[in-house]
Amino acid sequence: MPETVMGGQKVRELTFAQAIKEALAEEMRRDSTVCIMGEDVAEAGTPFKVLSGLLEEFGKDRVLDTPISEAGFTGLAVGAAMTGMRPVVDIMFGDFITLTMDQMVNQAAKVHYMSGGKWKVPMVMRTTMGATRRSAAQHSQSLHAWYCHVPGLKVVLPSTPYDAKGLLKAAIRDENPVVFFEDKMMYKMKGSVPEGDYTIPLGVADIKRVGEDISLIATSSMVQVALGAAAMLEEIGISAEVVDPRTMWPLDEKALIDSVKKTSRAIILDEGYERYGVTAELASVIATGAFYDLDAPVKRMGAMHVPIPFSPPLEDLTVPTEQTVFEAARKLCGR
Amino acid sequence: MTTATQPTTSQEVALWLRMYRQMVAIREFEGQVNELYTRALMPGLAHLYIGEEAIAVGVCEALERTDYITSTHRGHGHCLAKGASPDQMFAELLGKKAGYCKGKGGSMHIADPATGNLGANAIVCGSAGIATGAAFSANRLGNGRVAVCFFGEGALGQGVLYEEMNLAQLFKLPVIYVCENNLYTEYTHYSECTAGDVLMRAQAFGLEAVSVDGQDVRAVHQTAQRLVDRARSGGGPSFLLCNTYRYHGHHVGDINREYYRSKQEEHMWKTERDPILNMGKWLIEQKHADAPALGRVQQELESEMKKAVEFAVAAPYPNASEVEEDVYA
Ligand SMILES: Cc1ncc(C[n+]2csc(CCOP(=O)(O)OP(=O)(O)O)c2C)c(N)n1
Repeated sequence: MPETVMGGQKVRELTFAQAIKEALAEEMRRDSTVCIMGEDVAEAGTPFKVLSGLLEEFGKDRVLDTPISEAGFTGLAVGAAMTGMRPVVDIMFGDFITLTMDQMVNQAAKVHYMSGGKWKVPMVMRTTMGATRRSAAQHSQSLHAWYCHVPGLKVVLPSTPYDAKGLLKAAIRDENPVVFFEDKMMYKMKGSVPEGDYTIPLGVADIKRVGEDISLIATSSMVQVALGAAAMLEEIGISAEVVDPRTMWPLDEKALIDSVKKTSRAIILDEGYERYGVTAELASVIATGAFYDLDAPVKRMGAMHVPIPFSPPLEDLTVPTEQTVFEAARKLCGR
Repeated sequence: MTTATQPTTSQEVALWLRMYRQMVAIREFEGQVNELYTRALMPGLAHLYIGEEAIAVGVCEALERTDYITSTHRGHGHCLAKGASPDQMFAELLGKKAGYCKGKGGSMHIADPATGNLGANAIVCGSAGIATGAAFSANRLGNGRVAVCFFGEGALGQGVLYEEMNLAQLFKLPVIYVCENNLYTEYTHYSECTAGDVLMRAQAFGLEAVSVDGQDVRAVHQTAQRLVDRARSGGGPSFLLCNTYRYHGHHVGDINREYYRSKQEEHMWKTERDPILNMGKWLIEQKHADAPALGRVQQELESEMKKAVEFAVAAPYPNASEVEEDVYA
């Protein structure tokens, strides 16, 4: 790994997966109540090999292979979190969060409120999202909007290795149930990650690229798509700003509104279904907060309203691409 | 059952009298709840535990204050038996700020960390994961605690129960699943919903599974104590099936019940199988108490509960500003 030093901290190029593993390892060293549970997390280190090596360092008591019982071990984690542990549960594919709904929505999310603030649930659920892996309709969805809808949960969508490490460490230290969605197509993506401890507060957006003419507000893997589209737009003289909210809740509304007030145009990009999804919520934030500064309607781009098809030429149609974003932005800018 | 051949110790007598008193406390509490409903002082509904008191009391007497319980929509008895105080409970039932959950939980969500009560749950089988997780923590943190998961036999229909029993056995967790079979889910006899053998379901996962007469507080306590001791000493999870009956409707508003059960059946349970009557008779027979003493217990608790109700009725509602508090820790 090439290394540089920035601000006294050594910085390496890590993959997204390595950054996540490093966050977990550092938190497990720091706090003995942090443990990992899920299917094939121990020896296998998950099918994506994100956790490889953690078993060797932390042992079977802290890296627990569970039965294929998503509701079962998520529910167990809720109770464990209430009583002194900080479990990190691993839901292999985001599509399987449907099996954890009652434990997260009716239990984890509500325990603190229903008990008048007496019990709390400091747990993290890590899971995946993202299409174009040729995995068909039950292994390709981005269902984070389901959990965004529920008060009591926090929802994090990191888009770079740097953000993934800092946000995951913050999520583990948070006193609330936090759902952490990792785009499985990004696991091999590389980026600069400082060695050692740092956290990124939940609820703070990041400007990934500064621009003047249009705001591309993008989540997770759509940030890279937005950056690619921004480079194409630059060639035709359109300066695009890329804003990454990083956490869906808490949501940094001010950062989104400020960006659009400056640029006067916005496209919202998210890999979840467009209908009733994250893009709708963010568009409404902007429509409310920056209405008098808008020069064009807010445009939403999410997954098509179809089950994700297997056939590659069909699947590729279902999610925004650099090209489709470029074209939408050009049109919005009247070019 | 317990001590026919052994001499009785004063501790045992104290335990029996305490359990009798606790059962009466629950019955008096629930009597007041019914009153509050009929006088239209209580928002919403409540599910009365009357008839089932011996289970909560027998099991919770086998627990330490720091041990954990999870409870159900029919949870007042569990909360009281674990040590909750009636005034804060009534306040919660009325949605008052002085309630255990500042009025945000209500009848079906009373929680109290001070007595290890992880919370009552209005999702049938909703707390099986939480109880199992508490046992997981106890195991990992080595604090010697055990967890009890109370649920009605309706929860046997939820798949997650079996996921949790499997996990508990794999991880050898100190958790006891206590199934209160009061014969009816809401308005349906359990035999219409429950195939095969209940104990064998738990045994299939390797849990020790036993059934007990849920109307006999001494039997419940003795069996629970054995399973609690077993769990505490590393013996792993177990399943306790308690056969019982609820005297009232599924909830306070379920008045006309003939379409799902007969008045004769209710009468039989109330007169022949009542846990308080039978325990009282036994205490008198064994000369551990006399009728006037037991009468005084009832009077004391009745007036205690009335005072608790007065406190709750007079207590203020939460401020509007509190609606958004406690969503996040
Ligand atoms: C998951 C779920 N399904 C349905 C209900 C509605 N419901 C509330 S209580 C109940 C019956 C429960 O029966 P049982 O578990 O035997 O408990 P009991 O009321 O007899 O004490 C039902 C169906 C619910 N609360 N949760």
